[in-house]
Amino acid sequence: MSAVIGHHDDHSHDHAHDHPTGWRRWLYATNHKDIGTMYLWFSFAMLIVGGLNALLLRTELFQPGLQIVSPEFFNQLTTMHGLIMVFGAIMPAFVGFANWQLPLMIGASDMAFARMNNFSFWLLPPAALLLVGSYFVPGGATAAGWTIYAPLSVQMGPGMDLAIFALHILGASSIMGSINIVTTILNMRAPGMTLMKMPLFVWTWLITAYLLIAVMPVLAGAITMLLTDRHFGTSFFNAAGGGDPVMFQHIFWFFGHPEVYIMILPAFGIVSEIIPTFARKRLFGYSSMVYATASIAILSFIVWAHHMFTTGMPVTGQLFFMYATMLIAVPTGVKIFNWVATMWRGSMTFETPMLFAIGFIFVFTMGGLTGIILSVAPLDIALHDTYYVVAHFHYVLVAGSLYALFAGTYYWLPKWTGHMYDERLGKWHFWMSLLSFNLTFFPMHFLGLAGMPRRYADYPMQFADFNAIVTVGAFWFGLSQLIFLWVIIKCIRGGEKAADNPWGAADGLEWTIPSPAPFHTFETPPVVK
Amino acid sequence: MADIFKKGALRTAAAALACMTTSAAWAVKDMPGGPTVNQWNLAEPANAIARGQIWLHELLMWVCVLIFIGVFAVMFYSMWAHRKSRGAKSADFHESTTVEIVWTVVPFLIVVGLGIAATGEVIAQKDTSNPDLTVKVTGYQWKWGYDYLKGEGEGIAFLSNLSTPREQIEDRNYPDARAKREANPTYLMEVDNPLVVPTDKKVRLVITANDVIHSYYVPRLGIKQDAIPGFIRDTWFRADKPGVYRGACTELCGKDHAFMPIVVEAKSDADYRKWVEEKKKEMLARADDPNKEWALADLSARGEKVYAANCVACHQANGKGVAGAFPALEGSKLVLGKRDDHIAIMLNGKAGTAMASFKGLSDTELAAVITYSRNAWGNKAEDNLVQPQAVKAARK
Repeated sequence: MSAVIGHHDDHSHDHAHDHPTGWRRWLYATNHKDIGTMYLWFSFAMLIVGGLNALLLRTELFQPGLQIVSPEFFNQLTTMHGLIMVFGAIMPAFVGFANWQLPLMIGASDMAFARMNNFSFWLLPPAALLLVGSYFVPGGATAAGWTIYAPLSVQMGPGMDLAIFALHILGASSIMGSINIVTTILNMRAPGMTLMKMPLFVWTWLITAYLLIAVMPVLAGAITMLLTDRHFGTSFFNAAGGGDPVMFQHIFWFFGHPEVYIMILPAFGIVSEIIPTFARKRLFGYSSMVYATASIAILSFIVWAHHMFTTGMPVTGQLFFMYATMLIAVPTGVKIFNWVATMWRGSMTFETPMLFAIGFIFVFTMGGLTGIILSVAPLDIALHDTYYVVAHFHYVLVAGSLYALFAGTYYWLPKWTGHMYDERLGKWHFWMSLLSFNLTFFPMHFLGLAGMPRRYADYPMQFADFNAIVTVGAFWFGLSQLIFLWVIIKCIRGGEKAADNPWGAADGLEWTIPSPAPFHTFETPPVVK
Repeated sequence: MADIFKKGALRTAAAALACMTTSAAWAVKDMPGGPTVNQWNLAEPANAIARGQIWLHELLMWVCVLIFIGVFAVMFYSMWAHRKSRGAKSADFHESTTVEIVWTVVPFLIVVGLGIAATGEVIAQKDTSNPDLTVKVTGYQWKWGYDYLKGEGEGIAFLSNLSTPREQIEDRNYPDARAKREANPTYLMEVDNPLVVPTDKKVRLVITANDVIHSYYVPRLGIKQDAIPGFIRDTWFRADKPGVYRGACTELCGKDHAFMPIVVEAKSDADYRKWVEEKKKEMLARADDPNKEWALADLSARGEKVYAANCVACHQANGKGVAGAFPALEGSKLVLGKRDDHIAIMLNGKAGTAMASFKGLSDTELAAVITYSRNAWGNKAEDNLVQPQAVKAARK
């Protein structure tokens, strides 16, 4: 960030070559910190765009009847909200954290493949342009839902093709980013840092990167088959030509279920860094946390069809996927218990990162518990594709992934910018987000239980009150994020000087270097005992 | 994109924000057979399967609530007791194999218990053997079709469309839409022809779709089954008591996904028998002789009705379609072109587009709607009168 700009001159003398300035610094960036910064700003921009989609569709749903948008456009909004948030906001944000933090936390001088790192990032803006630009082609953006189920997605206009290309590009970016992360972690750790001494954030990203490498090609396969079904007369998903529409769902969810863990495992990592710092006590059960993360990752490959209980699979299929899914509760529970045990008999303070981390545990657990209810096939048959599911995955994706991203941002912001953020505003951001989040998403459980299907542009009058409340909550939540933006800008522009280890009790190599982190760090690797 | 924001949108938005009136204030009533006002739990069950779902849900909810309270009581107590401002000093324990084993094994046992509790219900839901009545359900964009395959009523077939008029739905086109829908307790969950079944009989539904995936969901009967084009899936239900049970499509199927509800009407044996007789008479009366020669005006008038029931959702009443999504028929090359090509697309649909096959319509209905579209909206096709015989010949 800007503080780094001011700072790098002091350090360029101890580096063999100079690096470009001005716009070239960003376009040609090979420094992990610069690239991390770009990832984070990109994902925040996408968060705003995806959020505007959500607010527009919530405005339509404020009352029964069709007031603001047509049903076609409504479907485009729900679809693009999902695609932009998953592929544009949450995933790149975690890669941004990986870029900034992994080299600092393992004592490496940079990422292993600096130019590929540049390419990984610069693939994102064109993909975002394709996605957002698809609103303006004939027929508009794809309206087949973020899950782009065939054959509905085969019917879509050219907006679907733009989305497919965007996903291909984003997938390539993710795979390159993951290869970079795996190589960096496995080869560039400081002397003495064995695998079981790595910070938990590093562990969770290592496992996440393997998941990404395993499943992004599966998504690429599914959408390529979709593309050829659309334009070249193949019938992968068309029964009349010997294909099967349900096969699309199997392939999609074989990618899609690990994908949801891709979006939550690094969040677990961030929270596991923050809780010990503010409890002033070592993380409880480090090795069981590592094993639990690995178990979740492995289980994620054998539960995909729990998204498809209503497609009509045999009894044995339903039972297998139900049991396997329920099992995930065990390692996830271990993580929650370990965090609570870390807090137990600590000496806690509640700065904004800690508030968001505790908020994460509290609200994410609700999403985990509704996950257990949904894993039970007979109940999933009652609740599938209703608002209950919408509530469930927003509890794990917003209160899970997004809260952890906020927590991590506040936690490392002093290291990134060299300034302390405004604590009072940070707390406002937390409390506003927590209250508005629950106002938005808690009533959705009721709507789902009462039988309101998701992706509906209009609904029976009896659902009106809860929908009105949800819309009010959504606007409150959306506006609360402006506080976050303001805190960040304020912190970059100035503020109280941050110490090297501003939290005092924080453990880890990133706290041994100056704040803000110099442009080049750990050119001589530190030794970990 | 400008045309998407229909005129009056601003005014409506202002009105919506200005008056935070809620459905309670609108005096909305509970929907007979559908959701109650501000319903917040599963619907009242109408059979053993739905009762089983409620029982399972209660069980799981309580287990979850207890775990939630247990975990967070500990966490919040710790946040209060072990805070620095209270002078807490941190301990330095950070490992305990015993504790780790306990909190792995105990949740595992709870999960196994819940799994066992759910297994019977899974098996019961999937048991579609020995039905008294079998009905084929077909999902269309955007309506449902029913064919009574086996059991009393065999041979009956009809389509089921949303009966809520657009005048109640579209505020931007109809200024009094809101008042009208407030007076309609079954808004969006009412149809012209409900699925009628006998009470307390096992009804097996074999479900498929014509175009994209739909999903057949009736909460009070405890069923939800996807309708997959080209494949047959099945599910079953039994309605314990006579009554009306409402549901909806729950798989995103395009623009009018929210506008293809389901209504199931369970009748007593005697009433069901009466309904079957009436329905059969009605179908007989409506059967047309495909060899009849029609006059242009008569056939075109018949076609307008067929068009309103089958085509209007995509191609629109004015024949202009929806730009970029559904092609216009006004001035369309195909409609003004060769008669046989026009018949062919009606019978076979067009692969890779939303244009489905309409071979389920009768020869007369197809001839009528083709004739209508070749003469409506200023269209002047050369071959403007297509007789049912031509369709009949093309089918072979």
